[in-house]
This record gives sequence, C-alpha cells and structure tokens, in this order.
Amino acid sequence: MATFHFDLVSPEKVLFSGEVSQVDVPGSEGDFGVLAGHAPLVTTLRPGVLAIYSEREAQRIVVDGGFAEVGPAGLTVLANLAVPVDEFDVAALAGMIKDTEEDVADEKDGWNRDKLAQKLDRLKALQAALGH
Amino acid sequence: MPSLKDMRVRIAATKATQKITKAMQMVAASKLRRAQAAAEAARPYAEQMTKVLGNIAAAVGDLGAAPRLLVGTGSERVHLLLVCTAERGLCGPFNSAIVRLARERANALMAEGKEVKFFCVGRKGYEQLRRLYEKQIIEHIELRAVRTLAFEHAENIGEKIVRLYEQGAFDVCTLFFSRFKSVIAQIPTAQQIIPPVFEGDAGNNNGVVYEYEPDEDEILVELLPRNISVQIFRALLENAASFYGAQMSAMDNATRNAGEMIRKQTLTYNRTRQAMITKELIEIISGAEAV
Repeated sequence: MATFHFDLVSPEKVLFSGEVSQVDVPGSEGDFGVLAGHAPLVTTLRPGVLAIYSEREAQRIVVDGGFAEVGPAGLTVLANLAVPVDEFDVAALAGMIKDTEEDVADEKDGWNRDKLAQKLDRLKALQAALGH
Repeated sequence: MPSLKDMRVRIAATKATQKITKAMQMVAASKLRRAQAAAEAARPYAEQMTKVLGNIAAAVGDLGAAPRLLVGTGSERVHLLLVCTAERGLCGPFNSAIVRLARERANALMAEGKEVKFFCVGRKGYEQLRRLYEKQIIEHIELRAVRTLAFEHAENIGEKIVRLYEQGAFDVCTLFFSRFKSVIAQIPTAQQIIPPVFEGDAGNNNGVVYEYEPDEDEILVELLPRNISVQIFRALLENAASFYGAQMSAMDNATRNAGEMIRKQTLTYNRTRQAMITKELIEIISGAEAV
C-alpha cells in the first residue's frame, strides 16, 4: 500500500514523524481519512481522536484543536494538545471542566468570559469524543 | 597592613564564594540540558506554523478583506516592543544584551517620530527599561513562579497582545529575545510578529491550490492569534536555554577568577607569614647577642 509522510507536532514536541498508509483526522467540518495522493487541503481540527495506520500498527491519539495541512509533501497536523489515548487522563479532564465552569461563573469581564466559555466548550467536546 | 588572621578570613571567604559559583555553574549546566531539549522540541512546531501560515497568506487574493492581524492596520505609527528577558541575574550580559537591542530599536523609531510602547516579560528587562521609559511601559509580566514553561503561559501573553491590538493600542509588534545558538553564543534577536513577516520560501507554495475547510477567513482568524502565541512560546523557550547558557559561562568565569584570587591571596599570606618568622628570629638572635 502506498505510504506518505505524516508529522504530528504539538507546541511542546514532535509526537509522530514518519511514513504512514492512512490517517483519520477529526476535522472541524467532519472527520476525514487521508491516504497517499490526497488533494491539497487546509482545515481546522475539532477536539477528538486522531488515528494513525502505518504498515504494522495503529495508533490513536487525542488531539484538541489545531490545524491539518495536506500538501504535496504529505500531511502535517499542528495540534494544540496531543496525547496518546492510553496516556490520556480522563479524570483530570473532568476536573478541568469543573474548574472552568466555576471560572466562567466567577468571571465578570465579558472578553475573558467568552474566552473561558470557548475553552469549556472545547473541553466538553473532547470529553464527548472520548465517550465519557 | 592586614594581620595574618584577616588574611586567613579573606581566603576562606573567597573559597566560600568559589564554592557557590561552582555549584551555580553545575545547576545551570543541568538545567540548560533540559531547557535546550525543550527549545529544540518546540522549533518544528513554530516552523511548520510559519510555513502553513505563509501558504495560506500567499493564497489569500484580496488583501483588503484579509484580517488585520495578517496585513496590519495600514499605518506604522505606534510600535509595541515585546521584550522578553530573564527573571534573575548572575548571567553575564544576557539581559542587558536584549535590552540594548530593544533600546536601540526604540530610539531609532522615536527619532523617526513614531510612538513606542513596551510590553515587558521578565523582571530584569522591566527593571532596566523602567529607568528610561517608565511611562511607555504599558504592561509587564513576571514568570517568576513558573517552574516549567508551558504553552499556556505564552498563550496568555499572546491573548493580551491580540487584545491590545484589537483595541488599537499599536500598529506593529516586534518581539525581542535571545536566540540560543550554543552554550557560549546567544544572539539577541528582534522578530516582527504583527503583521507577520515571512522569510525564505515560506509563502511560496509552488503553485499548489489548497482547499479550505471551513474557509480561508475562518482558518486565518484562528491561525493568526495562535501563531503569535506560538512565536512567543518559542521565544520564551529559546530565552530559557540562552539564560542557562549565559549563566553557565558567567559562573564558569567567576569560578576561575575566584581560583586566581585564592592563589594570589595565599601567596601574599605565606610571604607575610615567612617575613614575620624571619623578623622574630632576628629579634631573638640580636637579643641573645646583646646579653
């Protein structure tokens, strides 16, 4: 099966870089699968699970927002946050949602509250994507 | 002439100082390794970000309708200098090198009749700039309590900047930090982040036509503030690595100077001691002869 180059980078580090045969990306307009020779595309991501299929193994990685770019050189995903599914701490996420909910209730400044509300929506979407 | 006891005390004090500088050097060396790894890990993200942004910017046909974060406000009257320095000193010329670069830029801009504002990240830069431009510093942030720098810290700064920009507080934003080249070489760097400048082949997409989901504008609206945070994050990480590099070499120098001082002081101490013994002997001998 034809392969293409895939980079998954988060601000802190490079999570994946190598040849893969297929990547399923949670795009903001819907999930899409990328195979070799995909048409050039730039899209934003929604919080969800990204699946990487290479020759031998499959990896599932939790991503929270960011961008995907399919170009002639392959697929590049810039994720705000990227953690392998089995390392992801679901309890910590629930805690963060609770904290953020309280922050939203406390915040008086409209601009800050909008930001926090956005963050809350993202966290909730992530929780939903993980099926909890 | 100091007494022998005074000299012994001084030597002991110099030795104690040498131990401290030696310890600081070793702490800086071990922290440097981690900071350097973090800075290098963050580079690909920042580079990819610039590349993707460059591609999209090149594809945006109608510049008039493009977001202001990309094309600027159309004027260049008010400049914001975002100066990132360290929280602590004892690191040689690290902080003053960044401040000097920012100061030169500020003076050049003011000579052209432009308005200059400062946004300081880090205590040291704020203290140095406050002496000269007290009224022009609109904001300063200290990252003193931060142990490991996370992306959130940069995001907070980025959001503040974007908010100031949207309120029309400035037209052009330039980021000042120290790029980590090696342990002995840190280069103070100025990078314009609003409106972004694309270097090299970024922005040259080889004629590839991209499809956008949702559409270009929406992607840009999300991507541009994010790019600012990413560039700030990268600058802060580079700064951290540079800081420890500078501190390490400064402390290495200090340790060596202390060693040199101890050698000189010990020599004087021994000479004085011998001279006193000789003097006492002469006194005893001449006393005995007189009897």
